[in-house]
Amino acid sequence: MDNVKVDRINEFAFKIANTNGTGSASANGLIMQAIFRMGVPVSGKNLFPSNIQGLPTWYEIRVNKDGHTARTPAFDLIVAMNAETYARDIQELQPGGYLLYDSTWPLNPALKREDVHFLGVPLAQMSRDSFDKPREQILMKNIAYAGVLAALLDIDTKVIDQLLEEKYGAKQAMMKSNHLAFKLGYEYAQKNFKCPLPFHLKAMDATRDAILIDGNTALALGCVYAGATVAAWYPITPSTSLMDAFKGFCHRFRENKETGENNYCILQAEDELAAIGMVIGAGWSGARSFTCTSGPGISLMSELIGLAYYAEIPAVLVDVQRTGPSTGMPTRTQQGDILTCAYASHGDTKHILLFPANPEECFYFAAHAFDLAERFQTPVFIVSDLDIGMNDWLCPRLKWDDSYKPDRGRVLSADQLEKMEKFLRYSDEDQDGVTSRTFPGVHPKGAYFTRGSGHNKFGRYTELPHEYQEVVDRLSRKHAAAAKYAPAPIVHTEEGATVGVVSLGGCDGGVREAIEELKKQGIICDYLRVRAFPFADSVETFLRAHTKNFVIEQNRDGQLRTLLMAETGIEKERLKSLLAYGGFPLSSHHVVDGIRQQLGSQS
Amino acid sequence: MTYIAKPRLIHPGLRKNKLGLTVRDYEGALSTLCAGCGHDSVTTGIIQAFHELDTPPHRVVKLSGIGCSSKTPTYFLRDAHGFNAAHGRMPSIATGASAANKQLTYIGISGDGDSLSIGLGQLAHAIRRNLDMLYVIENNGVYGLTKGQFSASADLGSKSKRGEANSYGAIDPVSLALSLGATFIARSFSGDKRQLVSILKAAIAHKGFALVDVISPCVTFNDHEGSTKSYRYTREHLTEIVHSDFVPLKEEITVDYEAGGAAAVTMHDGSVLLFTKVAEGYDPSSREAVFSYLMKHQASGKIPTGILYVDESGKDMHELNRTAETPLSEVGFETLCPGSAKLDELMDDFR
Repeated sequence: MDNVKVDRINEFAFKIANTNGTGSASANGLIMQAIFRMGVPVSGKNLFPSNIQGLPTWYEIRVNKDGHTARTPAFDLIVAMNAETYARDIQELQPGGYLLYDSTWPLNPALKREDVHFLGVPLAQMSRDSFDKPREQILMKNIAYAGVLAALLDIDTKVIDQLLEEKYGAKQAMMKSNHLAFKLGYEYAQKNFKCPLPFHLKAMDATRDAILIDGNTALALGCVYAGATVAAWYPITPSTSLMDAFKGFCHRFRENKETGENNYCILQAEDELAAIGMVIGAGWSGARSFTCTSGPGISLMSELIGLAYYAEIPAVLVDVQRTGPSTGMPTRTQQGDILTCAYASHGDTKHILLFPANPEECFYFAAHAFDLAERFQTPVFIVSDLDIGMNDWLCPRLKWDDSYKPDRGRVLSADQLEKMEKFLRYSDEDQDGVTSRTFPGVHPKGAYFTRGSGHNKFGRYTELPHEYQEVVDRLSRKHAAAAKYAPAPIVHTEEGATVGVVSLGGCDGGVREAIEELKKQGIICDYLRVRAFPFADSVETFLRAHTKNFVIEQNRDGQLRTLLMAETGIEKERLKSLLAYGGFPLSSHHVVDGIRQQLGSQS
Repeated sequence: MTYIAKPRLIHPGLRKNKLGLTVRDYEGALSTLCAGCGHDSVTTGIIQAFHELDTPPHRVVKLSGIGCSSKTPTYFLRDAHGFNAAHGRMPSIATGASAANKQLTYIGISGDGDSLSIGLGQLAHAIRRNLDMLYVIENNGVYGLTKGQFSASADLGSKSKRGEANSYGAIDPVSLALSLGATFIARSFSGDKRQLVSILKAAIAHKGFALVDVISPCVTFNDHEGSTKSYRYTREHLTEIVHSDFVPLKEEITVDYEAGGAAAVTMHDGSVLLFTKVAEGYDPSSREAVFSYLMKHQASGKIPTGILYVDESGKDMHELNRTAETPLSEVGFETLCPGSAKLDELMDDFR
């Protein structure tokens, strides 16, 4: 029965099955943060429903001493707090794993399985006996299971004490309740079970220079550091927390505490059509401005994205992707907007996309995105996803280079305009196909008429083929030129590699773990992670260097593969798709199994 | 929207304003609209209003959506930045531009199709935010560029050029703006330049969203017998229920006004709006009174004109957001970026 390897230190995974709206987030966060504070690499995935209260929700925690943080679907321990999902939760346990349940009630018949251990704790009973108010009884039941977990996994209670002190120091009543509930669970486990379990924690020193942060928060912080002042948006999961965080950071860093004046303007728009309009208006007027949204918002914004592209107005859009099409699964992750973003809007349009792989890149890509948007006077998309955006990731502490100067691109000052004979908006291109722009109100000579209708290089209305083409051809050159300014792909090559692996964004953790595993199994891979579109030349070079490239992404149709074929001219035979698109983050087993299977079936 | 440069012949006798500019300095390219189009008269009114207000042309931002009316920003203020946005989306572009630079004067030109159909949502929310701008609806009840379909402002029963009667009720921008809380609402007629210029000047001076609905007949598709937006019908039915004079800052108030019916409103910039003749029982400072008056008189077929409602006390978008006095587009990067030391401190919150 005991297939669970004995005495596995800092290498296991567990999940907590609960009902949403019961306040389990603070208990789960407490456990996750405690493990992090013990210096042990940890990652958490919150799989939550599109609902306010009463539907199943899971929180998965993976502990991995080697720093692998991708999702794993194999669990050593499950805290089953939701009767509705008992049957499927128990199926996800490894043979020999442990199931912690609330023994206030008899063991539910759905939880029968011969090859797992059952650990019953009367959590509801304990909470009812110790707390009066119904809401507190529900909340403290969760803190009680955190206490049980601490005993089972050998979490340092001093760390827990410290965390509770930091969180509730000012609220003594809350602190007392939390302490009591935690102790109830902890002592019950100590008394009734053999603690710790064969897999458990041991303090390490691997997180000293790390933080736990979600991508939306990191990106919002990046926007503050990049100098963004105008932000317009319409609430949509999973991007909402980005604007909430931006607002919080602006409150902290951008408010004059004496005068109450704000060096920012956040506009909650009436819809996404208006949100992008506001961003474009502000960008045209000289402010760094952005919006955050998800796939459905990109669909709605597409009309004005084309205007910004054609009239050459900088804008930064953050697409925190969720599962499509249509409303899809708003609380599940996917990489399904790659093609939509690359060519958003009618007519010939092509955009600059950045693909962060984790919250750290979310932070650094913000300034990159604004620089690219202003240098190339065009919309730039930061294509993130729900997994990166809303889950806490282990990242190195974020740093800022104080010598950074924003790249505002070609903007004429009042002095420059004064000396000019005549300013013509779309003439005088540089080697990258970029022309000079002016901001309103600066100088009478800088005035020009911005339009989404056909225009010639002087900015005037035209319906003449050669005048029209001259402008759109320059836009095409300009887009291509952006490749050398955008974040370069990350390439790892291995001696003796036989296959190429290409991926992007949040797949990175799972892919890197899989490549290590495959190497142990004798399959050696080179790996290229695309970080931007237009593609750098090195992307095509990599693809040509391998007869077989596996393109790993999280959508049904292989959108990155399509984009690679369309934009590099690589033969489709060289590119094999490996896809995971059910809505959960990519795991290494998807890659290991997928590559083995495809190699096996071909050899 | 063909660009035809307008010759800049300056008659030596032309009046110069305080900036030393003549009215020609406020013009733009030659209009390519149909001869006799009401919109060209509105353009002339705008040119005159800005000239008389001594506004530096380059400190104005002119915006529009799509349609005949939206072509007109090219015909005035050649030294101002212009933005011809997408159909119905001008209010959001104006909102963003204003967010970036609160110190410029914003004027949006729209039509009944652009504002009352495809752009109704954006217009409503610009009003709700009390965006500081002059918003002109050149209202002719018809889609001109697509050749004569009824717009949402066409009156019930009004006849198209082909004789077909409109079967839907009109969306009236004035009552719409009133119910949405607009802080300046006026109606005028492109054929009454004197009234129009006076209204436009007050609307520009107004702090907040100023909606000016101008009945501006379409000579090609909606100027026939049976149309309720023709020159003839409009002339026969308009009634100036509020007569006002706009007195710029520091100009002595010399206007005689009829005792009893007069009131003065001081605008944000110190200029004064004098109501010299107001219909009996009408109070342009009471939203309720204006609403009930308009509702009562709508059935009579009259078209009430004048500055119908004004409230100078409303907070505009920037006051509501407490935006800094320096335009956000001009705040230095060193002020905006918190720097590495603050970041390092912040990182401890994520441990």
